[in-house]
Amino acid sequence: MSLDPVILFFLLGILARLVRSDLRLPEPLYEALSVYLLLALGLKGGVELARHPLAALLPQTAAVILMGCLLPVVAFALLRRPVGLDRVNAAAIAAHYGSVSVVTFAAGVAWLEARAIAFEPHLALFLAVLEVPGIVVGLLLARGAGAGAALGPLLREVLAGKSVLLLLGGLAIGAVLGPAGLKSTAPLFVDLFKGALCLFMLELGLVTGRQLGQLRHAGARLVAFALVVPLLFGAVGAGVGGLIGLSVGGATLLGTLAASASYIAAPAAMRVALPEADPGLSLPIVLGVSFPFNVIVGLDAYHAFAALLAR
Amino acid sequence: MDTPWHARKLLTIIAESSLERSLIAEVRAAGVSGYTIAEVRGGGAGGERAGDWEGERSIEFRVICDQALADRVADRVMRRYAANYALVLYLTDVGVRRAERFP
Repeated sequence: MSLDPVILFFLLGILARLVRSDLRLPEPLYEALSVYLLLALGLKGGVELARHPLAALLPQTAAVILMGCLLPVVAFALLRRPVGLDRVNAAAIAAHYGSVSVVTFAAGVAWLEARAIAFEPHLALFLAVLEVPGIVVGLLLARGAGAGAALGPLLREVLAGKSVLLLLGGLAIGAVLGPAGLKSTAPLFVDLFKGALCLFMLELGLVTGRQLGQLRHAGARLVAFALVVPLLFGAVGAGVGGLIGLSVGGATLLGTLAASASYIAAPAAMRVALPEADPGLSLPIVLGVSFPFNVIVGLDAYHAFAALLAR
Repeated sequence: MDTPWHARKLLTIIAESSLERSLIAEVRAAGVSGYTIAEVRGGGAGGERAGDWEGERSIEFRVICDQALADRVADRVMRRYAANYALVLYLTDVGVRRAERFP
């Protein structure tokens, strides 16, 4: 465990919930912070991306998307057998774990930067492309039971959703303008990044703190799943990162992405497309177990995996 | 009785915000001319919905129309969403000006 302001603010949020504090971040602030984080991550990646040949990126991106399609299938298999869930709930939770969490990624970026470990700029691109496959595969897995709405409109909604739009938009703007063109925006988008992330983590601590109270409903097997799967997927992600030629920092972040579970895009999509899936099972383990696990101990583990594999 | 107020029904639906688009589509399809949405928070049998992040927002969805239309909308909403979503529906009498706007 690493004592980082990001973690400490998160713990403060959890504490606030546990002591039933009246602390509450205004909704518009939460909304603004999430827009800010997405843009900052996109711009940062885009600026660097402009210096790299794009052609080399295609096979890597294809490998990452393939990973994003396979991981939810593994999650689904684990949820069906050892955990013993019904098909629809297993598919919905598999979609959460197949998709990714922007804030976990942001925490990973802050973790690496605090240790001056370099990573490839296109990890922000991988963040954008990994949001969707998990959700689609999750829905296809549920389809087997005859459940699920039409894929088309849902896909459009996820692709046009703010996270994909702002990440890709930030990447494009960063790539077009380059470091010189964006210099005047750096005080906002670069210098304030970590402080803004701390505020966001305070809010997420509040959300996590409430989900902790719902864990009993999820049950011990799901809680075990929510601890084992990030470690397993994190190792796979770090391994894939090494295989496609990422640096240790890049492989750490790919591990972080694979380990992370979506708590915004996937729950929203599942609520619409698989209404019979119980959010009372997925949200407590995603927010109450896997998210804190990833940011508090997971990041160190995925970095250790990546470093081990690089030797 | 001469009154400037015309009798109508106010149908209020409190729902998860993930239903917002579907509810708009339902009332438009039923022929309701307008609607109002407010973000709200509260608690119920299923626990609290504090509304502090996007997965947990709730909305209050209001339409003003005549009784028949309100019945139609409420029936459709109940049939399609009551099984899997948190929902509260209630109907009240209201008086409106500009009656032509509320079929």
